[in-house]
Amino acid sequence: MNPVLTPIAPATAFPAITEAAFALCLVLLLLAPLAIAGVALINTGLGRSRSAAQALLGNLAIVAVAAIMFAIIGATFTGLGGAGHTFHLAGKPWNWLGEGPWLLGGLGSWTAQAQLALVFEFLAVALAALVPWGSGADRLRLTAGCGVAAVLAAIVFPLVAHWVWAGGWLAQLGVNFSLGAGFLDPGGAACIQVLGGLSALAVVWIAGSRKGKFPKEGFSTALPGHNAVYILFGCLLALVGWLAFNVAGATLWLHAPFSALAGTALGTLLAAAGALAATFTVTRIRFGKPDASLCANGWLAGLVASNGCAALVTPIQALFIGIIAGIATPLLVEVLELAVSVDDPSGAISVHATGGLLGLVAAGIFAPQAGQLVAQLVGIATLLGFILPLVYLLFWVLNRFIPFRVDSDGERIGMDLHELGGGAYPEFVIHRDESYR
Amino acid sequence: MKYAGLLVLPAGFFLSIAAVVLYTAPGPRAAFVLCGLAVEGLGLVVAVRGHMEARGEDN
Repeated sequence: MNPVLTPIAPATAFPAITEAAFALCLVLLLLAPLAIAGVALINTGLGRSRSAAQALLGNLAIVAVAAIMFAIIGATFTGLGGAGHTFHLAGKPWNWLGEGPWLLGGLGSWTAQAQLALVFEFLAVALAALVPWGSGADRLRLTAGCGVAAVLAAIVFPLVAHWVWAGGWLAQLGVNFSLGAGFLDPGGAACIQVLGGLSALAVVWIAGSRKGKFPKEGFSTALPGHNAVYILFGCLLALVGWLAFNVAGATLWLHAPFSALAGTALGTLLAAAGALAATFTVTRIRFGKPDASLCANGWLAGLVASNGCAALVTPIQALFIGIIAGIATPLLVEVLELAVSVDDPSGAISVHATGGLLGLVAAGIFAPQAGQLVAQLVGIATLLGFILPLVYLLFWVLNRFIPFRVDSDGERIGMDLHELGGGAYPEFVIHRDESYR
Repeated sequence: MKYAGLLVLPAGFFLSIAAVVLYTAPGPRAAFVLCGLAVEGLGLVVAVRGHMEARGEDN
């Protein structure tokens, strides 16, 4: 067991870290963008060939917009470099909003740990903003994707990040209400994955399904991803990024000693490995042959689940959690598409939202401290009961100003030609889509 | 119907928060937090049903 389950200190208490820990964290954070690259490739590969350039450009643009909006607005309200706004209820302080310097002012005078935490959050918000883009593939306009990223980076992510990582009320559940060590999210299962997955659900609800996906009668139409190589190579890149996020997160948010970091890295790898093995087996039993894109989804779900628990459980427990994620993911993808009529090309809702929730619950189940599971459940209740409606409301308003969905002509000719004027594969012959007959 | 479901979600959230504030004993606290999550699950089901009713409208 990783010895990190102690109550987290309130806001502004970022303890000094050693030079070695600083160097390690910095190197890890320089590797973390590989998670973004991996998800970008997966998003692109799971879309259609006639939208590939728009999809990949969208990934870049979303990272850019998220970083800019977080620097201008969001970083102020995460409260890393300052205090927070607190109200009192039942005699306890509820730190609900951070307040730091505007425009990253005085960054040089922040503690080394707070500076690294800020870098972590920049990368985290970029990754979270990419998740809904994959779900809106083939019909979400580029400007809408950037608008979604702006809303997430400026408003929603700072709220959640403050509550969880900067001494907000969720982190203080342990101190104030004796609920274990408070809500724990060392790798970003809540702040990145569940937030991204719930945003994806809101985007899909607002934008609707792709043309021809769900005919009024009969089964849904299969619209497979166009490039399995992108998808599977993206999974390999993602592994490096996820290792970096989990180990850096354990150091930054849990103040884990060096002796706990190898276990965190192994837990991350084993969660992904167990998930892939499980999905491989399930799809082989279900369809007669393993399904490449579902196996990729399973691998990613294992990584996502590890965000919540790899730093808090043993590697073998992480393997077990990964196996559960790997079994659940292909079944959930099928349920969402066939039973619930949710058109999610990248499987982001199953992978990121559900995988993240699984990791958070597992962290509570395997925790040695009393009350940790309840703290994790309160965090989950907050994400589902407060953040999802908030995100939906904000996106609904955004959709009034920047329509999410491309017009039917754009969807017919493909997002590349419609939005960029040229395709990703100009020498390919684009086949007529049978669903438009 | 989708909006009704989305309105039910915060009710579950506030139920969970109320459980944390009002109860100190671990048993009732955990039970009421779970009730809050169950209410949220109900809200999600209603929202999903509302989404399913619109099936085919995008085609």
